[in-house]
Amino acid sequence: MRLRVRYRKLGKVRFTSHRDLARCWERALRRAELPVASTEGFSPRPKVHFGLALSTGHESLGEYLDVDLREPEALAVDTEALPERLTPLLPPGVDVEAVAVIDRSETSLQEAVTSCTWVIEVPGTSPEALAAAVDTTLSATELPVVRERKGKKVADDLRPGILGLTVVGPTPPDAPEQGAVLEAELATQPRSVRPAELLAAFDPPRTEGRVRRTHQWITSDGATREPLSPGAPSPAPAGACAP
Amino acid sequence: MNGLWPQLEPLLAKVAKPARYIGLEDGAQRPDHAPHKVAWLLAYPDTYEIGLPNQGLQILYEILNERPDAVAERTYAPWVDLEELLRARGLPLFSLDTHRPACDFDVIGFNLSAELTYTNLLNMVDLAGVPVRAADRRPEHPLIAAGGHCTYNPEPVADFLDFVVLGDGEEIVAEITEVIGAWKASGRTDGSREHVLRELAHVSGVYVPSMYECSYDGADLVAVTPRHPDVPDRVEKRTVPDLADFPYPKRQLVPLTEVVHDRLNVEVFRGCTRGCRFCQAGMITRPVRERPAEQVRTMVAEGLRRTGYDEVALTSLSTADYSGIEALVGDIVRSTDDGPPVSVSLPSLRVDAFGVGIATQLQRARRTGLTFAPEAGTWRMRQVINKLIREEDLYSAIDAAYANGWRRVKLYFLTGLPTETDDDTLGIAELARNCVELGKAHTKSPSVTVSVGGFVPKPFTPFQWFGQNTVTELRRKINLLRDDTRRNQGVQLKWHDPKATQIEGLASRGDRRLGPVIEEVWRRGGTFQEWSEKFDLELWVEAMAHHGLDLDWYVHRHRSEQEVLPWDHLSAGLHKDFLWQEWRDALAEVGLPDCRWTPCYDCGACTGYSIEHIVASATPPAGGSQGTGQDLSGRSVPVTLLGRAPEPAGSAVGS
Ligand code: SF4
Repeated sequence: MRLRVRYRKLGKVRFTSHRDLARCWERALRRAELPVASTEGFSPRPKVHFGLALSTGHESLGEYLDVDLREPEALAVDTEALPERLTPLLPPGVDVEAVAVIDRSETSLQEAVTSCTWVIEVPGTSPEALAAAVDTTLSATELPVVRERKGKKVADDLRPGILGLTVVGPTPPDAPEQGAVLEAELATQPRSVRPAELLAAFDPPRTEGRVRRTHQWITSDGATREPLSPGAPSPAPAGACAP
Repeated sequence: MNGLWPQLEPLLAKVAKPARYIGLEDGAQRPDHAPHKVAWLLAYPDTYEIGLPNQGLQILYEILNERPDAVAERTYAPWVDLEELLRARGLPLFSLDTHRPACDFDVIGFNLSAELTYTNLLNMVDLAGVPVRAADRRPEHPLIAAGGHCTYNPEPVADFLDFVVLGDGEEIVAEITEVIGAWKASGRTDGSREHVLRELAHVSGVYVPSMYECSYDGADLVAVTPRHPDVPDRVEKRTVPDLADFPYPKRQLVPLTEVVHDRLNVEVFRGCTRGCRFCQAGMITRPVRERPAEQVRTMVAEGLRRTGYDEVALTSLSTADYSGIEALVGDIVRSTDDGPPVSVSLPSLRVDAFGVGIATQLQRARRTGLTFAPEAGTWRMRQVINKLIREEDLYSAIDAAYANGWRRVKLYFLTGLPTETDDDTLGIAELARNCVELGKAHTKSPSVTVSVGGFVPKPFTPFQWFGQNTVTELRRKINLLRDDTRRNQGVQLKWHDPKATQIEGLASRGDRRLGPVIEEVWRRGGTFQEWSEKFDLELWVEAMAHHGLDLDWYVHRHRSEQEVLPWDHLSAGLHKDFLWQEWRDALAEVGLPDCRWTPCYDCGACTGYSIEHIVASATPPAGGSQGTGQDLSGRSVPVTLLGRAPEPAGSAVGS
């Protein structure tokens, strides 16, 4: 039986790496005494499949992982009670929002997710100035960048990966550095566009302040959905538009 | 209120591994500070990864936070990238638990476990906004304290410490808290600092360096004497008589990011009377105090359930010597049978088939590598150091290891030991080759890693009088081994940097005159000296020269029986004449049995403090010949003190 878990990562804990959090999850699953299936062999590993990596320092309202449970013990697991059972076993700031049984034939999270929505604080600019930069970026037909891939420099075009950009307004008063807030929908396929790459391609180039992933999206056959909705039906991705 | 968090938050986005600065570990506390509570900041002068697992700090953290009159938080050395950002913005060292400025605490207590961290101690005190020299501090500054193994000779850092704690901390922290609490309640008025330190000097186990005067005759230390009649001539260590009274840590910290020893650690006994003559830990932690097996089982079971770890280490200086270790191990293995796989490890494996047998029973999940520490390459040398492992023991261990599926074996050795000849050094290579040969019976390409460290004589050991080998001599010995093993497939040789060994030796047996040297190295940027990429011998050599001190005199010189040692006014319970006799016996290659299982020879560690061993079984564990029962009949061979005279530093090194 395969479970899909949706959780948030907010506050101080965002400074843990993807790998750190994966280890916290493994310990939490052991503490919850769930019948997690293991790989075969001399050093068995629990069968836990993590979704797209989240950069160290970024927050998220929508992170996912899939867990395989052994049968028949899995049938005794009360999945509805799992969010409340798991959250206290995880670091403060990691909150499990939903757990559901999914079909084993579902494509893995890393392959299935096609885009993410990000809320990005951009220090040192105003909403107006940022809006102008967004217009320029969206009207460009291509945005050539040089990316590092396996130690080699490769020419790439960011533009097809930029699916939507909206200026939300000024940064909230609690932001460490004042500026403007941008909402961006960025593709994850064939390669992820990272918020920092997007801002570096602006004119003038910008750097990111606080960054929060708000959604991950799966688009297939023209329909768009979240890997698992937090409860209510998934809203349509904000500012979605074809490149 | 999150203290400095809002200012720290944007900095953490810019540094490597920011998770080490956020706290939030399972087991972490967010204590409520209050005027009537003494606020302790427990500090480790190295990175989070090295410092977090420190059991001493974790134990005190819990004991202090359980008290109604104390709170405790933790801090570790920020890595250079964060330090730079903090200094650029005028931000201080902070606690991890509530991100509070370090100078808001009443006392900052450092664990000193490695001499090369001394410059980090200064750096953290400075980063806390506290004057590095104790003499320059005022009532508003926290007290700067230190405990841990290095404090058995705290003289090199005496100028920077307000007080030092010798021995086990479990009981003494309460007494210290009461004294500091009274000081706090009195309002910490002008001049009160001297008063609280004087009070602390009355607590048994507390050493206040500023209350002692050092006198010299030329280069020689003549005496260290108290400045006041009510201050003790000699400070005795503290020893917790029974570990059963202290089942700590009860809530071991589970870090969010990877650290060393990242597993559940349960201390099964403290102290060791094997009597290895080079081993300071064994000498200063006597006698043996075993934790009751029932308590160990409970701590393991509860710890695993609470932390979610899949590995537990049974820690001590020599865990296979725990009474009834086989039964204990069997119980733990059985109790984890129906859950997810748990691996149990013994960090110190005894070198014989018995040790491997236990390891085999334990290591069901991952059989990666086994580590043994024969320490020396020949039986003669092992008699000198009183690590009485016979070759048969080692070979039966290696054979058992390969037969049970291990493919990689790691052997630890010391070089530069007293009386060591080139035959002894080359004996290391010989042992390693024989181990590879043994492995061939079981696997096609057995691998034996030989790790060689330069020997550093430590205070309160029988080798405290021995002149350490020079860098040149250590290099020569390593090169001998390199040449000798070059063509041996399967033998991998690793060694420690002899230059760092030299400075460890300097700080280990130095006196108060090294204070300005350590300060200068720190001021010139010499932090994280135990990190090979940051270690800088030149800084030390120049600072020594600058202060007119002779590295050779401090490190490479043999001491005489009459010499006043910088730590003579401190006591680990051991009689000096016992240590001297052991030193003579070492030179005569005479071994000494383990007093756990043979009559007491009155070293002083029990007799001086009216305590005794707590061991569940008075007979030595099965299968072990080390230190017990072997024929030691006076086969005394007269030897010279050194296998070879120390070469002058700077002479040519063979490649
Ligand atoms: S006092 Fe006696 S029993 Fe105690 S550690 Fe020393 S020799 Fe052993």
